Amino acid sequence: MLNETNFLVPTSYYVILSALLFTLGVIGVLVRRNAILVFMSIELMLNSANLAFVAFARAFTDLAGQVSVFFVITVAAAEVAIGLALIVAIFRTKHSIDIDELHEMRG
Amino acid sequence: MNGLFSLVPLIVILPFVGVLINAFFGRRLMPRRDGVAPGVIASIFSGAAFVIALLMFIALLGHREGAEVPFLTWINIEGAGLSLNIPWTFRVDTLSSVMMLVVTGVGTLIHIYAIGYMHGDIDEQIAKRGLQGDEALDFKRRRYSRFFTYFNLFLGSMLILVTGNNYLMMFVGWELVGLCSFLLIGFWFDDPTQEAGDASTAKGWLNSNAAKKAFVVNRVGDFGMLIAIFLIFWTFGTLEFDAVFSQAEALGPAAQVALGPLTFSLGAVVTVITLFLLLGATGKSAQIPLFVWLPDAMAGPTPVSALIHAATMVTAGIYMIARSNVLYAMAPVSATVVAIIGAATAFVAATMAVAQYDIKKVLAYSTISQLGFMIAAVGLGGYIAGIFHLATHAFFKALLFLGSGSVIHGMEHGHHAVAHGAEHGEHDHDEHSHPFDPQDMRQMGGLKDRMPVTTWVYIIGALALAGIPPLAGFWSKDEILADASGTNNLVYILLTVAAFFTAFYMARQVFMVFFGKPRTEAAAHAHESPPVMTVPLVILAVLSVIGGAMNLPIEGLHFLGEWLEESILHAHIGQFEPTTALLATALAVIGIVLGWLLYGREPSEEAERDPLMAAGPVFTFLNRRWYWDEAYAAVFVKPYNRFARFLADTIDWRFWHDFVHDSIIYEAFLAWSQILSRPIDLGMIDGAVNGIAEFIGGISQRLRRAQTGYVRNYALAVLLGAVVILGYIVVRFLM
Repeated sequence: MLNETNFLVPTSYYVILSALLFTLGVIGVLVRRNAILVFMSIELMLNSANLAFVAFARAFTDLAGQVSVFFVITVAAAEVAIGLALIVAIFRTKHSIDIDELHEMRG
Repeated sequence: MNGLFSLVPLIVILPFVGVLINAFFGRRLMPRRDGVAPGVIASIFSGAAFVIALLMFIALLGHREGAEVPFLTWINIEGAGLSLNIPWTFRVDTLSSVMMLVVTGVGTLIHIYAIGYMHGDIDEQIAKRGLQGDEALDFKRRRYSRFFTYFNLFLGSMLILVTGNNYLMMFVGWELVGLCSFLLIGFWFDDPTQEAGDASTAKGWLNSNAAKKAFVVNRVGDFGMLIAIFLIFWTFGTLEFDAVFSQAEALGPAAQVALGPLTFSLGAVVTVITLFLLLGATGKSAQIPLFVWLPDAMAGPTPVSALIHAATMVTAGIYMIARSNVLYAMAPVSATVVAIIGAATAFVAATMAVAQYDIKKVLAYSTISQLGFMIAAVGLGGYIAGIFHLATHAFFKALLFLGSGSVIHGMEHGHHAVAHGAEHGEHDHDEHSHPFDPQDMRQMGGLKDRMPVTTWVYIIGALALAGIPPLAGFWSKDEILADASGTNNLVYILLTVAAFFTAFYMARQVFMVFFGKPRTEAAAHAHESPPVMTVPLVILAVLSVIGGAMNLPIEGLHFLGEWLEESILHAHIGQFEPTTALLATALAVIGIVLGWLLYGREPSEEAERDPLMAAGPVFTFLNRRWYWDEAYAAVFVKPYNRFARFLADTIDWRFWHDFVHDSIIYEAFLAWSQILSRPIDLGMIDGAVNGIAEFIGGISQRLRRAQTGYVRNYALAVLLGAVVILGYIVVRFLM
């Protein structure tokens, strides 16, 4: 059984790390122009969320958080498959994966 | 009640059956161009009506007081303070019986005559139009059956007029005969004869104008008739003859009658009524001042002139005044006016007849003149003399008109014979200075050898009209003169002078037409008419000779006088006055001798020369009919036309069209639509709509900047959105 009292590392540490990782992901998404790096930043954000899930799951001794993480990992895997396929397709047409080159939708 | 009287509705129904048959089946009954079925049918129904008239006469012999035969309820209005009850009731009495016999008897003879005459008349029109084969057959069928439809319609209408027992029935007949007169005067409304290239001289145009003139002039008289009928109803509360007359007799001229807010003596009201009735009579019976339509009415075919414009319809006014004798007896002023108008008409028309060249126009003026005699007679209270002259005049004037028709018929045949001959080069076609006119007496002459029957019956008719004893005209005219000699000297003198002119113009006509040498080739080749035309002429000639016997001025032989006394309350039996008779006969003989001296002794061989032309302006004055038409044209027609032109050009076109429509309505509409279109539609409505569009467009222009197309911008927006929402949740949670 998991117990609050025998935690070596407090839950808040995990949450702060998760927030830091998420922030790094956000900054990566916002500042990076390389599609691969943006993609990796998104993965970082997803995994930071996963970290928060498992941290709270342990803290509240509730397995629902763990289950959610599996779902997220599954979705992320699918996303990676589609996302990389898109990036390959974009590269084939544009010969570049700079996402700022993709602004045909400008109003 | 005598059962025979109940047959009287048939006398009106039978001619109308004839109308229906001829109107719907007349054309089919005439398979060939020489078919006569429509005419025979019309004559049969006319003859059947004559038989009914005879039966009425026989019934009256036993019951002289006559009978009223109810037939239909016609107008029946009952209400508070108003009771209008006018039945369709036939009145058989001695007066209406005389009219029935004259109308159906003379009418039947003229129907029979028309069977033959209309063939020639229609063939003439077919030749003028150059119709051939089926077209000609179709034209003939149409016109032949149409003519007899109208003819029977006239007969039935005239019988309604004389058999009604109230003024409204009389008025219905009065209007219907006017309609038939219009239809028959304008029978050849499409006669194509015209002078080269001038459509306004087309005979059809003139004919239809004559018909219109008759109709319009009669409207003036009918207006008087209507006013009189309204006044009679207002005064007496009924229109039935018996009721009106018995009330008038019972009340006496001094009685007071209230018309609306005013009160008059009955004598005054009756004077007004009778004067308006007289206006009606002057229209229908062609008296001064409304006689001008009758000479033009000669545009109709000759049987029409004989039946409608000589023997029957034009005597309606005399019948009406005789019928209203009780009212005229109460209004001596009106009676005197009637007598003077009649005498003046007799004189004026007789002088006009002297200077005419158209054979039918002479007879037309003669008819007006003789109607003047009758009107004068009834005005003087000589109702029996008036009706007596009406009957004899119907005989001899119908005879004269039909005789003139026979002459015209013969002249047209002669003309055709000559025209045919000229084509084959057998005759010298002498160049007339005038175009051929079968009615112009100057182109006749010497017809006595070619048309013996017509000539002799015509001479009989002329002598009867001139008043030579013992022919019918002598007795009736003398009775009128005898009535006038004691009562009104002015009337007497005018009538006597008119009688002299009558003898003179008839002598002039007879000598010009029948004696001397033919003045044209057409006259030289004229030939006698067929028996269907001459037999009625002979019958009428016999009647013209013996007609006087119905009322000889000898004690015990006043058949007509005693007969009419039953229904004419104020009738008096005429006395024979030898001096009057002698003077009138002497004047007639002098007139005839004068006519012989001028026209018979040295018959003119030239078409143009007329001994009367020596009279110069007087002749022209008479020839132009006292300039009566010109005076009407100047006084009524031209001002009326000018007024109509003013109404049309100035009021309607310039004021109404140009000003009201174009200036006011059109301009105002234009101005209003300018306001609606520019400031309101373009300014306000379009402004609002465009403004909204521009506003939205402007905002959109600004908002589109948000859509940069850069993925990172969208990501930032998502982030910011998430931050805002999370921030909101956090703030809510904390507070």
